[in-house]
Amino acid sequence: MLKFVVRRLLLLVPILLGVSLLVFFWVRALPGGPEAALLGERSTPERIEEVRKSYGLDRPVIVQYGSYMKRVASLEFGDSIATRRPVTTEIKERFPATVELALAAMLLAIGLGIPLGFIAAKRYQGWFDQISIGGSLLGISIPVFFLAFILKYVFAVKLGWLPSVGRQDPIIDAAHPTKFYVLDGLVTGNFAAMWDAIKHLILPAVALGTIPLAIIARITRAAVLEVVNEDYVRTAEAKGMSAAVVDRRHVLKNAMLPVSTVIGLQTGLLLSGAVLTETVFAWGGMGSFLATAVFDRDFPVLQGGILFLAIVFVLVNLVVDVSYGFLDPRIRVS
Amino acid sequence: MSLAAAETAEIALDTLGEDQAPKGEVWRRLRRNPAFIVGTVLIAVFVLVAIFAPLLAPYSPTDRQWFDEIRPGFVPGPRSGNLLGVDQQGQDELSRIIYGARYSLLIGIVSTALGASVGILIGTLAGAFGGWVDGLLMRLMDVMLAIPGLLFAIGLAALLGRSLKSVMIAIAVVNIPLFARLLRSSMLAQRESDYVLASTSVGVRRWRIVVQHILPNSLSPVIVQGTLALATAIIDAAGLAFLGLGSADPSIPEWGRMLADTQRSLASAPQLAFFPGLAIVFSVLGFYLVGDALREALDPKLRR
Amino acid sequence: MTLLPRDPVNLLSVRDLEVVFTRRGRRPVRAVDGVSFDVRAGQTLGLVGESGCGKSVTSLAILGLLPKRGVQVSGSVVLEGRELLGLPQDELRDMRGRDIAMIFQDPLSSLNPVLTIGRQITEVLERHFGTSPRDARTEAARLLDMVGIPGAARRLDDYPHQFSGGMRQRVMIASALACKPKLLIADEPTTALDVTIQAQILELLKALVVDSQAALIMITHDLGVVAGLCEKVHVMYAGRIVESADRRELFGSPRHPYTAGLLASVPRLDQERGTPLRPIAGSPRDTIPWVDGCAFSPRCPNRIDLCLGAPPALAPIAAEVAPSSHELRCVNPVPAPVAAVVTSRRRPPVRLASGTRATRATKPVKQAARKRAKP
Repeated sequence: MLKFVVRRLLLLVPILLGVSLLVFFWVRALPGGPEAALLGERSTPERIEEVRKSYGLDRPVIVQYGSYMKRVASLEFGDSIATRRPVTTEIKERFPATVELALAAMLLAIGLGIPLGFIAAKRYQGWFDQISIGGSLLGISIPVFFLAFILKYVFAVKLGWLPSVGRQDPIIDAAHPTKFYVLDGLVTGNFAAMWDAIKHLILPAVALGTIPLAIIARITRAAVLEVVNEDYVRTAEAKGMSAAVVDRRHVLKNAMLPVSTVIGLQTGLLLSGAVLTETVFAWGGMGSFLATAVFDRDFPVLQGGILFLAIVFVLVNLVVDVSYGFLDPRIRVS
Repeated sequence: MSLAAAETAEIALDTLGEDQAPKGEVWRRLRRNPAFIVGTVLIAVFVLVAIFAPLLAPYSPTDRQWFDEIRPGFVPGPRSGNLLGVDQQGQDELSRIIYGARYSLLIGIVSTALGASVGILIGTLAGAFGGWVDGLLMRLMDVMLAIPGLLFAIGLAALLGRSLKSVMIAIAVVNIPLFARLLRSSMLAQRESDYVLASTSVGVRRWRIVVQHILPNSLSPVIVQGTLALATAIIDAAGLAFLGLGSADPSIPEWGRMLADTQRSLASAPQLAFFPGLAIVFSVLGFYLVGDALREALDPKLRR
Repeated sequence: MTLLPRDPVNLLSVRDLEVVFTRRGRRPVRAVDGVSFDVRAGQTLGLVGESGCGKSVTSLAILGLLPKRGVQVSGSVVLEGRELLGLPQDELRDMRGRDIAMIFQDPLSSLNPVLTIGRQITEVLERHFGTSPRDARTEAARLLDMVGIPGAARRLDDYPHQFSGGMRQRVMIASALACKPKLLIADEPTTALDVTIQAQILELLKALVVDSQAALIMITHDLGVVAGLCEKVHVMYAGRIVESADRRELFGSPRHPYTAGLLASVPRLDQERGTPLRPIAGSPRDTIPWVDGCAFSPRCPNRIDLCLGAPPALAPIAAEVAPSSHELRCVNPVPAPVAAVVTSRRRPPVRLASGTRATRATKPVKQAARKRAKP
């Protein structure tokens, strides 16, 4: 197990290096050069000269890369052209929003996806199975932003049951120590704020979580179908174990192995989907921030944001990989 | 991207196997699969609409003849002259949806074909040569996969400027590592197979084995992956357009773009969002249905 | 739950068991086509035949382990006066593991990879006897010890992949015998193991079965396994029993051409080198349905016209030629090889399956026997 973890960690290094290299060259390849990237398309020649000096843009590439890496390591991504604040600050303020949304979406996807897939597999080719197959195919065919749009229109605009934008009603006076609004409400004892935050979270989470839900349901169904035919399930039945025990201890426990891999893989989907979903709901997380940055050609934000999210993505994948190794005794032990 | 990268590859890899289901059997399984039939119909409709757009569309997609009828908070809805109503620029919605099929199909096919070709080449080289070539190429693919799909596409499109071409290239590039991995797995799996060992022992040259035997055997997963990639390409192109990365020309009737434009007029003309959205859903659903059916039909492990 | 009058002799009684597999668009397959046999308490029974003859399906049908879809089971399986076929699921589950236990062919795939082997044993005890987890662990350690796993107590927390093939099969045996079942069914328990380990496992099974006085049904295609272990043997072909006899009788005077063929196909140490191998002609696929005659006839060297048209019945061989417990399904059997087997007690029985070169001493006797034995 230790070897497994160490090997994964070692693989991490070249990948992160590669990613940083990629982003580095990306910035330099942008139209107008890195100066325009850092300052925006309209700026004075003096400022351009300033930036050129301070970023060492007239030095050889290797040196530039070196100083770039130093800046990255100290989390210095420059200032946003649009907001004039350090990109790092913007990330710190907005990332928790995205995490909160992603976690809610993932909870939904797992909480509904696994049971749905399991039941569909148990009633193989029954009506429930057919409907869930159809439903999950439909689920992955709907673009996230379209689904977000429909939900917003039906539940917020037309029915008015849930709020349509933002994370919290501006009227409510709430403190935000953790920046996770639901948690904040809980922690500060402000249950009205917490409830309000939850209401704001529902629609975006459903929109973002639907595709992962569909995928997880499909994979669970496939995994359960495979496991149910395995010899060791037959052994359990031959031993007279109750149906519930066979399902839980023998079928599900094994089916969860491939499913957990897939759950880990959803992270990328969640990050991409967040960009789109947050835009529709004006969520105020990193996703919508990146989306506006694209419109505004706010390259420091794009550079810092993409690099940051890529690192997060890689790290989450690592954690998922390692936990999979933990779940499977064949890897965990010896 | 819309579908987790490795999931599609794993789905496609299901169909890899030395004892492939024979062609007749495959066709038989497909014919009996209702999902396949529905999917094929959807795809056929999509493709035909795209090809025969000029004949099917009642008006030109950029004809703004109804612009004067638009008032703040009011946009003409579906009526006898305009079956799907009129959009915010005064253009006929139905015609725009019909012509939109062309763009989606074009983007889907070009980006998938491009990404697949490059990916297949890289994967084959990696699998055939092994050693440091394999290591280097796969590390490169890993780095590309380390950046979540949409973000990668955003970065690329930002680099290449706002145009249809940059969207196609961005999606193509994101597909490269998926196909590369697929081909490499296929090659590795087959390298150890008996017929390869037998051929090499008799003295058949390596490239010959690769081209004449291994590649054709890798066809099944490639077909499945290709279908799925096409579906995701259409969705992702729409997503990029939604973010403003598509063509800069507002008159181009691209579905994702049309969806984005309606955000602002949500209250007055919600129907303008439904039509392009539904169009995307049905086209993509068709490809997913067919891809899924193909995977089941080509799977050498027969299930009950 | 019908309680038939308790059969004083038989623990398990199988009558006219039929298992038909139906698949969409294909012809139904009669995997088991009318099988009947009895098992007495403590008896060791062998069910022998090639792959696909229906022996495994028979055992799965007894335990009710066949899928519900696409499978039709009919007939009767009575265990200690209780009809098992058609029993509701929960009663079946009570019976499985406690009254009848089964061990399977591949111990690697038959053990749950994510549970410790200790758990896989204790769960049976907890399920059927409500044993406390602690007591179950102690008992599990004792069972592992009994099946010959060194360091039993320590190994309770190990996973299946940490054991070798032979060890895993021992674990399976331990979990099967945990509840001291009255009947143990072993489906090809040694086929997936190395030859040297095979012998060990068979010895273990023999010892344990004798010790616990459980009855044993050994399912196998390997005659060698049966010869060492089973008191009574049933030979199956294409879903029916074609010959049944006590062990000595079957090996000493096989009457069915199939049985004779099986025995003759085994190369022997006392044959001269260079003696050609004698396989049974054709393959298991060359059968005709039993309704149309004898399923073995396409491959049978003793085939006559009577073999086609109607299926032969399973009947005891005439008493003067062999003990009446020897039953045969054949209209033109292999002649009883040696009256010498029956009459001459001084000479050790010579295994004269048809085709083996007879030694000079027995030749004239064989001629006489051939004349006497009629089809």
